[in-house]
Amino acid sequence: HTERPQQQKNLEGYVGFANLPNQVYRKSVKRGFEFTLMVVGESGLGKSTMINSLFLTDLYSTDYPGPSHRIKKTVQVEQSKVLVKEGGVHLLLTIVDTPGFGDAVDNSNCWQPVTDHIDSKFEDYLNAESRVNRRQMPDNRVHCCLYFIAPSGHGLKPLDIEFMKRLHEKVNIIPLIAKADTMTPEECQQFKKQIMKEIQEHKIKIYEFPEIDDEEEMKIIRKIKDRLPLAVVGSNTIIEVSGKRVRGRQYPWGVAEVENGEHCDFTILRNMLIRTHMQDLKDVTNNVHYENYRSKKLAAVTYNGVDNNKNKGQLTKSPLAQMEEERREHVAKMKKMEQEMEQVFEMKVKEKLQKLKDSEAELKRRHEQMKKNLEAQHKELEEKRHQHEEEKASWEAQQRILEQQKLDASRLKQNKKVNIFIDQQ
Amino acid sequence: AAEMRIAKMEGEGARAVPLAGHVGFDSMPDQLVNKSVNHGFCFNILCVGETGLGKSTLMDTLFNTKFEGEPTQHNQPGVTLKSNTYELQESNVRLKLTVVNTVGFGDQINKEDSYKSIVEFIDAQFEAYLQEELKIKRTLHSYHDTRIHACLYFIAPTGHSLKSLDLVTMKKLDSKVNIIPIIAKSDAISKSELAKFKIKITSELVSNGVQIYQFPTDDESVAEINSTMNSHLPFAVVGSTEEVKIGNKMVKARQYPWGTVQVENENHCDFVKLREMLIRVNMEDLREQTHTRHYELYRRCKLEEMGFKDTDPDSKPFSLQETYEAKRNEFMGELQKKEEEMRQMFVQRVKEKEAELKEAEKELHEKFDRLKKLHQDEKKKLEEKKKSLDDELNTFKQKKTAAELLQNQAQQAGGSTTLKRDKERKK
Repeated sequence: HTERPQQQKNLEGYVGFANLPNQVYRKSVKRGFEFTLMVVGESGLGKSTMINSLFLTDLYSTDYPGPSHRIKKTVQVEQSKVLVKEGGVHLLLTIVDTPGFGDAVDNSNCWQPVTDHIDSKFEDYLNAESRVNRRQMPDNRVHCCLYFIAPSGHGLKPLDIEFMKRLHEKVNIIPLIAKADTMTPEECQQFKKQIMKEIQEHKIKIYEFPEIDDEEEMKIIRKIKDRLPLAVVGSNTIIEVSGKRVRGRQYPWGVAEVENGEHCDFTILRNMLIRTHMQDLKDVTNNVHYENYRSKKLAAVTYNGVDNNKNKGQLTKSPLAQMEEERREHVAKMKKMEQEMEQVFEMKVKEKLQKLKDSEAELKRRHEQMKKNLEAQHKELEEKRHQHEEEKASWEAQQRILEQQKLDASRLKQNKKVNIFIDQQ
Repeated sequence: AAEMRIAKMEGEGARAVPLAGHVGFDSMPDQLVNKSVNHGFCFNILCVGETGLGKSTLMDTLFNTKFEGEPTQHNQPGVTLKSNTYELQESNVRLKLTVVNTVGFGDQINKEDSYKSIVEFIDAQFEAYLQEELKIKRTLHSYHDTRIHACLYFIAPTGHSLKSLDLVTMKKLDSKVNIIPIIAKSDAISKSELAKFKIKITSELVSNGVQIYQFPTDDESVAEINSTMNSHLPFAVVGSTEEVKIGNKMVKARQYPWGTVQVENENHCDFVKLREMLIRVNMEDLREQTHTRHYELYRRCKLEEMGFKDTDPDSKPFSLQETYEAKRNEFMGELQKKEEEMRQMFVQRVKEKEAELKEAEKELHEKFDRLKKLHQDEKKKLEEKKKSLDDELNTFKQKKTAAELLQNQAQQAGGSTTLKRDKERKK
C-alpha cells in the first residue's frame, strides 16, 4: 500500500516526531475503518441507485435485493453490512435503509423507528463504553443521514421539515434533491434557494463543513456551501458518450451524466461524503451527537430522585463522582450525628453522676452531722453524769459528816442528860 | 491482522463486495492524519533514576532543546515529581511534550517508599482522565492527556547488575506504564563489559517477572526493525548537548583525553536506537498501549473497587441506567443500615449506662439506709442512757430533799433544846 514518503534523516537537529503522522497512518490502516450511512426518503427516489453509484458496487443486487423491492407495510429500519477494500484500506460500510418511510397515507410518527434506531446504536455504544471490562468497541453509530427530497420544485414537504427537525440533533443530516435530472438548472436553482430558506426558517441544523485554516480549501468549501442542498442523479449503467464510457441515464434527448458537474452535484456529494469529510462526519457524530445523547441519558440516571434544581449547575460531574459526593456527605452527616449523640450522652451521664455525687455528699454530710450531734449529746451526758457522781459523792460525804455530828451531838446530849441527872441526885 | 479483522466482520454478517471503480475512501487514513496534525500531538515521558545519571541531559539531547531546570542536589528528603510541558514543532507537526522528572530518587538512606510517589503520580494522571471520562458533560477530544506514555528507567552504569531499588521500583511500575530501561552514562562501561551487563540486566528482569515494553512486531512494515531493536535492550545511552568538531561537522559528543564519544555514532552508544524506537517509530504505539492497556487496567480496578461489575457476560448488553440505579440503591441501603446500627448502638449504651447508674444509686441508698439504722440504734441507746441518768438524778434529788427535810426537823428540835438550856441558865 502507499505510505507517505519518509522524513529525511537530518542529523542536525533531527528528533523524529515529524514521523508521527506516518505512525498514525500505519496504525489506522491496520485497524481498518468503519462507516454507517443512513438513507431516508420516500420510495422511488432512487436511494438504492444512489448508494450503488456512490460506492461503485452492487450493494443491492438480485441476490441482495434493495428495500424498494421488498413490500413493506410499516416503516422498517434495515441494515446491510459490506466490506470494501481499496488501496490497501479496508472499510466496513453499513447502509441503513428505511423502507416504507413516507409511503403510507398517514405518515405520523414515521420517523419514530428511525430515531429509535439511532438512539439504540447510541445506547449500545454507551453501554459498551460503560462496562468495567471494555473491549475494542465497534462504532456502529449512524454517522450520516442522506435525506432524499422529492424534486417537486416547490419547497419542502411538511414531512421533510418534521423529519429533519426530529433528527438534526441526533445525526448529521445531508439533504439531497433526488432525481435532479427532472429539473432544469434554473428550476433547480430556485428549488435549492427555497429549500435553504425553509431550512433556516425552521432552524434545522444540517451538517456543516468545518472551518479550516487553508484559504484555498476554504474557497472550495464556500463554493460547495452555495450549492446546497446537493441535487443528485444516480446510475450504474455505463453509456458511451463522445467516445468516453460514462455512467449516466440515457434519454431520447441525451444522456444525463452522473459524474458531470454541470449535470448534477453527484461528484461533489461523493467527494465530500467519502473522499474529504468522512472522518469529520464520524468526529461530529462522536463529539457532538453522541455526547448530547450521553449527557442527557446520564443526567436522567443520576438525578433520579435527587432535587434537580439543586444540581442543574453541576452537570459536569460524573455519576460516580456524584455518588462519591453523596457518600461523603452522608458519612459526614453520620459522623456529626454520632458526635452530637455522643455529646448528649456524655452530658446526661455527667449530670446524673454529678447528681449522684451530690446526693452522696449530702447524705454523708447529714450522717456526719447526726454523728456529731450524737457524740455531743453523749459527751454532755457523760459530763452530767460525772457531775452528778461528784455531787452525789460530795453530798454523801457531807451527809456522813452530818450523821457523825448528829451522832456526836446526841451522844453529848445523852452524856449531859446523864450529868444533869447525876447532878440532881 | 487485517485478514483476521475481515474474517471477524464477515462473521458479523458483513460480506465482501468488489468495487467497479475508484470510490475514494482510501483517503480515510489521510483524513485521519490531517485531523491529528491539525489537533496536534501529545506525549508524556517520565524519567526515573537516581540523581546524577544524566536524565535532564538525555532529554535535552533527545529533543534537541534545552529544557528548564537546575541540576538537583542529593539532599532531597523524599522523592518528588517535577513536570514541565513544552510545545515543540518539527516540520508541520506540533507536539505537546511533558517531561516528568523524579527528584531525589535513590538519595535517601531508607529507600523503601521511593516508588510510592511515582506510583501515586501515575495513578493520579489516570484518575484525572477517568474523572473526565465519567463526567456527564465532558470534552474528551480537547482534554490535555497527562497520562504517562513512556517511563525511561535510568540504570546506573555499575557494570554488574541491577540494584534492588531498581528491581523493586520497576516491578511496581510495570503494570502501570510502559517501561523502557536504559543504561545511563554508558560511556563509563567498556564494550565487553556492556554486553555482559545487558545480559545480566535482562536475565534479572526476566527472573523477577518485570514486564518491560516490547517494541511491537505485529505490523509488517515495522516488525523487522522493532524485533531487531528488542534484542538490543536495554539501550546503553550517552547524552550531551556539547558539540565537538569531527571532520568537518559539528556533532554532539563528550570529549575525553583518550577520545571523543559521539552521541549519534551507533558504534559508540545506543542513543540513535533509542531515539528511533522511542520517537520516530513507536511513539504512537506507546501512547496507544498506555490508553488501551494500562489505563484500562487502572479503570477496571478502580471501578471494581467501587463495587461496579458487569452484570452480564460479554454478548448481552446491559442497561447502564439499571446499573447505576442498582448501585445507587445498594449504597443508599448500606448507608441507611449503618445509620440504624449506630442508632441502635447508642440506644444500647444508654440503656446500659442507665442501669449502671441506677445500680449505683441503689447501692448508695442502701448504704445510707444502713447508716441511718445505725444512727437510730445509737440514738435509742443514748436515749436510754439519758433516761437512766435522769432517773438517778431524780432519785438522788428525792433522797436529798428527804434528807434535808429530816435535817431541818432535827435542827429545829435541837435548836429548841438549846433555847431551853439557855433559858435555864439565865434562870
